[in-house]
Amino acid sequence: MPADKDTAAWQPGASLQMLQRRAQLLTDIRQFFSERQFLEVETPVLAHSTSTEVHMHSFATYHGAQQLFLQTSPEFHMKRLLAAGCGPVYQVSRVFRRDERGRHHNPEFTMLEWYQPGFDHHQLMDQVQELLLSIGLDEAGFSKFRRVSYAELFAQYTGIDPHRDDIEVLRERATALGIQLEHADQLQDRDDWLNLILSHQVEPQLDAQEICFVYDYPASQASLARVRPGQPEVAERFEVYVGGIELANGFHELADAHEQRRRMQRDQQQRQQLGLDAHTPDPLLLAALEAGLPDCAGVALGLERVLMALTGAQTIDEVMAFSFTRA
Amino acid sequence: MATYNTSEFRSGLKLMIDGEPCAIVENEFVKPGKGQAFNRVKLRYLKTGRVIDRTYKSGESVEAADVMETEMQYLYNDGTHWHFMDPESYEQLSADEAAVGDSHKWLKEQDTCLVTLWNGEPISIVPPNFVNLTITETDPGVRGDTSGGGGKPATLETGAVVRVPLFIDEGEVIRVDTRTGEYVSRAKD
Repeated sequence: MPADKDTAAWQPGASLQMLQRRAQLLTDIRQFFSERQFLEVETPVLAHSTSTEVHMHSFATYHGAQQLFLQTSPEFHMKRLLAAGCGPVYQVSRVFRRDERGRHHNPEFTMLEWYQPGFDHHQLMDQVQELLLSIGLDEAGFSKFRRVSYAELFAQYTGIDPHRDDIEVLRERATALGIQLEHADQLQDRDDWLNLILSHQVEPQLDAQEICFVYDYPASQASLARVRPGQPEVAERFEVYVGGIELANGFHELADAHEQRRRMQRDQQQRQQLGLDAHTPDPLLLAALEAGLPDCAGVALGLERVLMALTGAQTIDEVMAFSFTRA
Repeated sequence: MATYNTSEFRSGLKLMIDGEPCAIVENEFVKPGKGQAFNRVKLRYLKTGRVIDRTYKSGESVEAADVMETEMQYLYNDGTHWHFMDPESYEQLSADEAAVGDSHKWLKEQDTCLVTLWNGEPISIVPPNFVNLTITETDPGVRGDTSGGGGKPATLETGAVVRVPLFIDEGEVIRVDTRTGEYVSRAKD
């Protein structure tokens, strides 16, 4: 990095005013959860297991001969607490994602994650909306709220049926929509095509003043969410967009240990095929699910992006004291 | 073959795209939800200036273009080629019409230009931002008219035509902004 050439690199990337705003946001968040009798917890950042997600890359390190991973989210540990009976729980923690860097990405960032027993994903969307209002997103110019299913969203902006159209149709539509993907023949996963179209064609068209909740994802993108049977079956998952920028991801949490193990093993196989490290499914998470996870919904929200929305900052570097380039 | 990984992408980086050298104008990292990450890139063809959009799967590598920018002195035109010299090594090279393009009308002998070389061959020439050129043809000057309104066309020694104020005469040397093609002032010695 150019740190040694840039004599001003010792200075923070965020203004003092921004750091004060950030501190205020943390106070507001703690107030919100305290009023609702949530338990604030801290869980390990460094752990023996990590996410098996195909497109999530963990930083690995060693303790003696033991391999350890910086956590990409506090989800596994928080679910173990839920299985132990902690009740409504939240955490503000640092998470780490290798190879994610851009205007809205920093390899290390702050995540607000919480779980509400007894909620499904729709009830949790209501609570996310309450939180966003309580921290002042409406005053920052985001006054419109919208709820739309993943299928409706694709129909509106692309004419695609994301649950049924096959990969050839998606390929053709992407090209017709003007998306110029290099080595397009090498993108062979249907969900990769959906994500390509989502990021290039859908997100840029979302209203700049709108907070948009997108729910009921393709079952193939269920991750750790429940799949609801039906025609088509859908994942009880949602994402929150603020002015077209993805802010949060939530699940009606999968509690079935067998199903969770099956999905993680499938991830593992896919990772092997792609030449990635095949992370072992976390045995402690699976043991907790076997012991019994209460019916609950959970959501993770990127704090820096919330701050960007609140302040109108154009890059994540403006809202962190020391982003990657200055770290 | 030198390559760049998408994580090294930044504006100004030179890449080979479909066999042509390009410069990155803009690079955006996008990663929807838990999905595949992409780099969404705007690229400018160095030869034609045309700008295109391309998307790469993050983590891919792309061939680097062996492109160098260097300051060289313009020497002369031989009818088909424009000749330049490296002021330090005195090495000379010639650029064809495709490389010089519209810049030819601002090239004055001895002026220093920015030459872009691809594999050692010039592919584009950028003249200095301001050049002093002699007017070879224009309507007679109107003395005392300094209103600046309207103006008139004037042909310069290089063949370029610019609008000049009415008080400017043939044989005068004027300063022109080559980025806009506009008259700036009379040249001061």
